[in-house]
Amino acid sequence: MGLETLFGNSFLTTRLDEAINWGRKYSFFQYPFVTACCGMEFMSAWASTYDIARFGAEYPRFSPRQADVLFVVGTVNEKLAPVLKRVYDQMCEPKWVVSFGVCATSGGFYDNYATVQGIDKIIPVDIYIPGCPPRPEAVLDALVKLQEKVSKESVLDRKHGR
Amino acid sequence: MAAENILEALRTELGGKVVETHSFRGDDTAVVAPEAWLEAASLLKDKLGFDFLMDLAGADYLPREPRFEVVCHFYGSKTNARLRLKTRLPGGKPAVDSLAALWLSADWFEREAWDMYGIDFKGHPDLRRLLMYDSFEGHPLRKDYPLKGRQPRIDHAD
Repeated sequence: MGLETLFGNSFLTTRLDEAINWGRKYSFFQYPFVTACCGMEFMSAWASTYDIARFGAEYPRFSPRQADVLFVVGTVNEKLAPVLKRVYDQMCEPKWVVSFGVCATSGGFYDNYATVQGIDKIIPVDIYIPGCPPRPEAVLDALVKLQEKVSKESVLDRKHGR
Repeated sequence: MAAENILEALRTELGGKVVETHSFRGDDTAVVAPEAWLEAASLLKDKLGFDFLMDLAGADYLPREPRFEVVCHFYGSKTNARLRLKTRLPGGKPAVDSLAALWLSADWFEREAWDMYGIDFKGHPDLRRLLMYDSFEGHPLRKDYPLKGRQPRIDHAD
């Protein structure tokens, strides 16, 4: 028998936004768009030492259609830009984007003919993680900040395209 | 075969087509005329035991004329010898014979050199861009390619 036996015949009231956001923020399905060396640190955040599962975000979906959060991990070049845009467009609402590391955020030190100077030139970004590469703690911090952001949303926001 | 003998053998076989040779702490370099490029490479492979083309790259020495260089690094797995072979190409329409028929590894190296520097490798089986996208105009590692010259494939927000 589970938790429900403790409550007997009582009931619980909440706001719809809170209930939905509570569910959303603790069950992110990530799409890891990993292009470069930041991927190693991303794996570290994922693995047992830092254990991203504690935040409910350990489950990667390798189809963007099943994912909630797009992690852009590493350098994105002009050749790849249409692919990233397409992956983002394929994700269903609600969706969020995390820019992982300085290359994804601003191009990093790749200020040259090949590199997109920040993925926010192509797709909207919710959270930026600084670092080259970011430490796993920074990734977990970003995840918590994303959870805070999600918890403040209203389901009506996305319905009305706000 | 000792290193100085390799350079000596090149000079003997190719005569005046060897523009210059250079040896520094066991690091040997031969510069040959572009028309002797394939001949020199065949000689290295068939007679001097260089069975491995480790690298082939372009270089741009603007404003020097001849402006471009193609640089190869060879290794002989049986002799444990290394050699750098170069040729110098004019700025207008740089072209040299392809080595892809001799070493398969030259195929993609030459495609990269074409992509980055616009050096034409005559006789290459499939000289397309290797790294940049097909719609890219120009050759980005040329010294006169604009420093901030970007060619986005999709619209960017600013």
